[in-house]
Amino acid sequence: MSIRVGEAASAPDFPVAAKKLVSNAQIRQNVRRATDVIRNKRARVVAEVDDWEQLRDAGHEIKEHVLRHLDFYLQQFEAACTRAGGVVHWASDADEANRIIVDLVRAQEATEVIKVKTMTSDEISLNRALQAAGVTPYETDLADLIVQLGEDQPSHIVVPALHRNRMEIRRIFSEKMNLPDLGYRPEDLTEAARAYLREKFLRVPVAISGANFAIAETGAICVVESEGNARMCLSLPRVLITLVGIEKIIPKFRDLEVFLQLLPRSATGERMNPYNSIWTGVSPAGGPREFHVVLLDNGRTNVLADDIARETLDCIRCGACLNACPVYRQTGGHAYGSVYAGPIGAILTPQLQAMQHSQSLPYASSLCGACYDVCPVKINIPEILVHLRGRVVEENHAPLIEKLAMKAAAFVLETPERLSLAQKAARIAQLPFTRDGVIRHLPGMLAGWTSIRDLAPIPKQSFREWWAKRQKEPRL
Amino acid sequence: MSVKQDILDRIRNATGGSSITSETEYESINRHYCQVGVLDPAARLELFADRLADYGSPVYRCAESEIAPTVAGILTERAKTGLLVPRDLPRVWLPEGFYFFRESPDYRELDSSEGVLTDCALAIASTGTIVLRHAPGEVSRVLSLIPDYHLCIVFPAQIVETVPEGIRQMSSFATLPITTISGPSATSDIEMTRIKGVHGPRTLEVILVT
Amino acid sequence: MPGPRVGLFATCLTDTFFPSTGRAVVRLLERLGCQVDFPMDQTCCGQMHYNTGYQAEAMPLMRHFLEVFRDDETICIPSSSCVAMIRDHYPKMAAVSVDPAVSRAVEKLLPRIFEFSELLVDKLGVTDVGAFFPHSVTLHPSCHSLRSLHLGDKPERLLKQVRGLSLIDLPEAGECCGFGGTFAIKNVEVSAAMLSDKLRCVLGTCAEICTAADNSCLMHIAGALSRQRTGIRCLHLAEILASTEAGEVS
Repeated sequence: MSIRVGEAASAPDFPVAAKKLVSNAQIRQNVRRATDVIRNKRARVVAEVDDWEQLRDAGHEIKEHVLRHLDFYLQQFEAACTRAGGVVHWASDADEANRIIVDLVRAQEATEVIKVKTMTSDEISLNRALQAAGVTPYETDLADLIVQLGEDQPSHIVVPALHRNRMEIRRIFSEKMNLPDLGYRPEDLTEAARAYLREKFLRVPVAISGANFAIAETGAICVVESEGNARMCLSLPRVLITLVGIEKIIPKFRDLEVFLQLLPRSATGERMNPYNSIWTGVSPAGGPREFHVVLLDNGRTNVLADDIARETLDCIRCGACLNACPVYRQTGGHAYGSVYAGPIGAILTPQLQAMQHSQSLPYASSLCGACYDVCPVKINIPEILVHLRGRVVEENHAPLIEKLAMKAAAFVLETPERLSLAQKAARIAQLPFTRDGVIRHLPGMLAGWTSIRDLAPIPKQSFREWWAKRQKEPRL
Repeated sequence: MSVKQDILDRIRNATGGSSITSETEYESINRHYCQVGVLDPAARLELFADRLADYGSPVYRCAESEIAPTVAGILTERAKTGLLVPRDLPRVWLPEGFYFFRESPDYRELDSSEGVLTDCALAIASTGTIVLRHAPGEVSRVLSLIPDYHLCIVFPAQIVETVPEGIRQMSSFATLPITTISGPSATSDIEMTRIKGVHGPRTLEVILVT
Repeated sequence: MPGPRVGLFATCLTDTFFPSTGRAVVRLLERLGCQVDFPMDQTCCGQMHYNTGYQAEAMPLMRHFLEVFRDDETICIPSSSCVAMIRDHYPKMAAVSVDPAVSRAVEKLLPRIFEFSELLVDKLGVTDVGAFFPHSVTLHPSCHSLRSLHLGDKPERLLKQVRGLSLIDLPEAGECCGFGGTFAIKNVEVSAAMLSDKLRCVLGTCAEICTAADNSCLMHIAGALSRQRTGIRCLHLAEILASTEAGEVS
């Protein structure tokens, strides 16, 4: 089976990638500005909602329920969608999904497709597979268009081009759309994108989309968007192919009442996003004549198999955890080496790959808990991070030096005698490094500390030594 | 062994498989969130109008008998000669002296039209949302999407306060294509500045029938 | 009549690096009429190992903790991260141990554990501890205080009662300082970037002293304050509260 999460398997470790990005002032500015804006917007619209906690609880419970009965709900979805005229395909991994989709496009003799934003397609590297088969995919979300024309990678779930400022976007559009006199205002850039894409919407006969929610009861798909490009792709072309991760299922139509409140407020800080499209199979009243759903596993069953970490699949891809994360804020998404970045990316990416790759990601966190506070479906990300760290160690992927140091430390901390002895030994060992009452350089693993911080030396008398002495002397 | 069977097997290995108690378990999910609104119809209407104003969508108010002249006034102000309409839109709403065409299957014709006039299936006040149902004879998806201008007629009885109430009403036509519209299309992808009007109709105006 | 007996868990960090904090806790609690006990067999709660993925190595540390503090009615811990470790994770570790004795011991332990400001405000019912500390101070709330323990404004209320102390609000207070235990070593660059943001906020207050309920955050922040020769120092909340006209406790 070839499970793939974009290029995550070959991406540099997080600390290595992060080092480069932390030194990039432009990226840090862009990321900080963007996350500040959405954070504040989200906070305002969430504060308005008196029953926010109850909505989060319900969202969590609904998702947990679906996962427990996923086999039942997937089959219910397939039956309902098929009854409505849709064709349902199943794909175990990235390669299989790509093959199915390429075959469907080829069957139309189409050489172009228009695409609605779907991270799932980035996960399986669909564009590369299409291009290899002689099909040109056009991204139609403005940010994905920027990323595609800029020959780049997305850096955020909801605002993928967050790492680009307007000067960079203007340069990309001007070059790739052949508009030498393009203006610099955001309005000019949006106008250029509108004209460029409209021509394709009206002409290209095949579209590929993802899904925010797939409703088991009715076989419907719901797509949530702001720009209108999804509406274009979902209703104009003759053939529509929708790629759906198996975790996107929700039980009934009514459950939208929970998720369509949680998602817009968490993702873009709006009461409701501009457009939602819900459709079931093929409609006699217009729209695509042919509709295909590709249900994708690609490692989701690996996540399902871990009781503690399973709730990773509750995720509704709002991106709120990215905006809240103090680590993400310093690096942006590229540091994670995966289409899924930030806190959710740190737990989803390695699990999809059965912990074979991306093992540095569970450590890309200070466990501050800000993500858990904002997650609309209450995924306990810090707990899962610690659990996955345990799996990294248990499954033998931890660095040897670290393992030895941790075992040594555990040995010392197990008894008071060893701890006392270690304290005394450390007081002696630190002498060569102590100058004028401060330590500025330490060797080996500890050099990381002193590279940016001083260390006050271990005091001559530990607390327990003070206490022991005090017990012997009369109380002062 | 089909791929579908493989996937279902992997799921069952992971979860122990779904039991027949899934329906009872579904019913026992705690739903302590607010499911009905508290506002009276007049307050709902005002809330809805407020939200539309927030989005920058002009709101016109008139009595039901005055819809046609109101449409005429708006078209004159906008220097439009006519609009596209869905087949079943009540003719009594259409004023004399303007052209009202049924939609064309040619997307480019839709693209170069002056705009579209529709009613709606329902509206949600708290989020300023208009819901369109795309049944035969009613506004189609492409008709409500391609033209650059959309004038929508909303009746007070169609307005509910909360999202759960809206979804409940939508359940009665859950298998029809549905579009919800909450303000004009927008993007925040360029330095987080919210720019209106990318692909959907860049102007959305609403006639609230009072 | 003797005051309440309080068992002190100093934490391995404070015992080794910040004995002054331990001494301050003892002096303050005695001043408030408590009888303080320090079980000499104590070592470490196991947080560093548990959070780094060495959960098996943390197990004997937990068992040892449970044994050492088996009999103390009230346990004071001047570290919100250690309290969070015990409250949030000991029950899970007990479940993993599949040892009913351990589960029982953890169940009996949890109601007896108090973070330092919780002990003062909730258990002893005091916010004015008779302290005098004539300096400007800013408070870093720390992630575990905020999001695990939900200490709320307890540390603040205690500080506000200190005579002579001028408390200055810290901007972006809820942002993590970047310590995160082994994170500070495994992700030096990002830890430094986060620390630099925290420092910017601390410096902007023009306070003389940065305080917190956690020496782990303070060690990290103080390290940068010292490296950059800012002339600002860090002091654990207990050391401020233990200060009187007679001088800072040392």
